[in-house]
Amino acid sequence: MLVIALDTSTPAVTAGLVALDDGGPRSLAERVTINPRAHGELLMPQLLDVMTEAGHELADADAIVVGAGPGPFTGLRVGMVTAAALGQACGRPVHPVCSLDAIAAQADVTGQLLVATDARRKEAYWAAYSGRTRIDGPHVQRPADVPTEGCTAAAGELAEAFDLPVVEPRYPTPVGLVAAAQDVLGTEPAPLVPLYLRRPDAELPSKRKSVLTRGAK
Amino acid sequence: MTADRVVLGIESSCDETGVGLVRLATDGTVELLADAVASSVDEHARYGGVVPEIASRAHLAAMAPTMRRALDESGLELSDVDAIAVTAGPGLAGALMVGVAAAKAYASALGVPLYGVNHLGGHVAVDTLEHGPLPDRCLAMLVSGGHSQLLLVEGIAEKITEVGTTIDDAAGEAYDKVARILDLPYPGGPPIDKQAKLGNPKAIAFPRGLTGPRDAKYDFSFSGLKTAVARWVETEQREGREIPVPDVCASFQEAVADVLTAKAVRAARDLDVDTLVISGGVAANSRLSELAAQRCAEAGIALRVPRPRLCTDNGAMIAALGAHVLASGAKPSPLDMPANPGLPVSTIVVQ
Ligand SMILES: [Zn+2]
Repeated sequence: MLVIALDTSTPAVTAGLVALDDGGPRSLAERVTINPRAHGELLMPQLLDVMTEAGHELADADAIVVGAGPGPFTGLRVGMVTAAALGQACGRPVHPVCSLDAIAAQADVTGQLLVATDARRKEAYWAAYSGRTRIDGPHVQRPADVPTEGCTAAAGELAEAFDLPVVEPRYPTPVGLVAAAQDVLGTEPAPLVPLYLRRPDAELPSKRKSVLTRGAK
Repeated sequence: MTADRVVLGIESSCDETGVGLVRLATDGTVELLADAVASSVDEHARYGGVVPEIASRAHLAAMAPTMRRALDESGLELSDVDAIAVTAGPGLAGALMVGVAAAKAYASALGVPLYGVNHLGGHVAVDTLEHGPLPDRCLAMLVSGGHSQLLLVEGIAEKITEVGTTIDDAAGEAYDKVARILDLPYPGGPPIDKQAKLGNPKAIAFPRGLTGPRDAKYDFSFSGLKTAVARWVETEQREGREIPVPDVCASFQEAVADVLTAKAVRAARDLDVDTLVISGGVAANSRLSELAAQRCAEAGIALRVPRPRLCTDNGAMIAALGAHVLASGAKPSPLDMPANPGLPVSTIVVQ
């Protein structure tokens, strides 16, 4: 089957077309640009380039897999809403996967793996894996507070923040995304809910704002 | 063109997720087919204003379901759509980006042109769904929680020029702030309007901002008015007197409506236009529409106000502007178009 894979949970704007058969996922074409401020501009043109290179139409895809984060919110939503709209317009199922799972799925590690990406504000999004199975996370914490005991390697863009051997990949890849979704493809898709892990920044106002004491604007 | 075309509009610039469908006839007229809106206003109420991140999250959750509702309402399928229009700006950056990304995906999947259009132009274009084509030249006044603008419209898809704007708060913002001073719920427009009907508009002489002889003729200021209301209320409280909420609301509302309508009529006269369109959430305010009708009649100006449902943010207004832009033969927007929170009103369609 043909699977469109999208992820915008990190500074990497990722679009790919993946063939999935008995031999596992195989990339047919992919475009990845590192630009934390241009997810909205780059994602769709990149996906159309991918389809052209692979010689397919968007409607040829049998399913869509999208990284659901965790990731900085504005960028993350670009991939999620793009996948949702494509799925609706093409009548194809959209499967969300944890973006950290996609990184773990492509890391070549025996033993426990720590995957960490940049959550900004000096914090990391992280999860721990035994093989491909997530055994802890995803969480958002300062790197110093992340338990690394038992881990034999670290992957993801913040891998260097830990005292562990660093392995590839740095960002979710199209093949990793499809590999992480492999068991659920063909089943009823889970709801498209992003892994924000943080509440929105919002301050409750005081009971009444006194204009007299605040002074003129 | 020899056939009618269906245009889909997507709006996500603030706290409403809107999807609208219109039919553009070969003679250029535009007819409303569907207008589905999901609002996150209740989620913002406790904060006393729109929280951008909460709005953006709600847009993502609402996009596909709102699309479904609009299609069901129209009896059409996505494959019937001939063009897609989306609000490219102005608005909240994170909120705009959800609609723009969705629109790119829908347009790409359907193989139809995409038009990134101006939200403010949409507020004007929506009137054509109710009252038919606009005259060659008209004046538009947009009043809502986010806008207070006077626009000269010389062809809805050709040329829109800002004549005046607020130098501080939007009119609707002033309503929200005064509502908080008076412990009335958010958003402040409806409860203040309701209270005002029970009060005396001449009870308190609140200031009319920017109406001095040397002030900008067509610009607005509502910050001083809001401060005057707060000061008046606090003084009364300090003196131990009960606050006459209906009188405060009526006097505040009178000041807002007086300034807005006086400046709009003056601009219309000065610019020699004979039609005024009032749109935006505050257009539904009872005193504003009453005073506008009276002053426009006196000045011989035709007044056009779309029904309240069309005045607030929605996808139909974006579809309507998209239809006029399509009819004008404009080039589609590129697929790498950014969302532009500060899109100038003169940019009707992003190229
Ligand atoms: Zn608006």
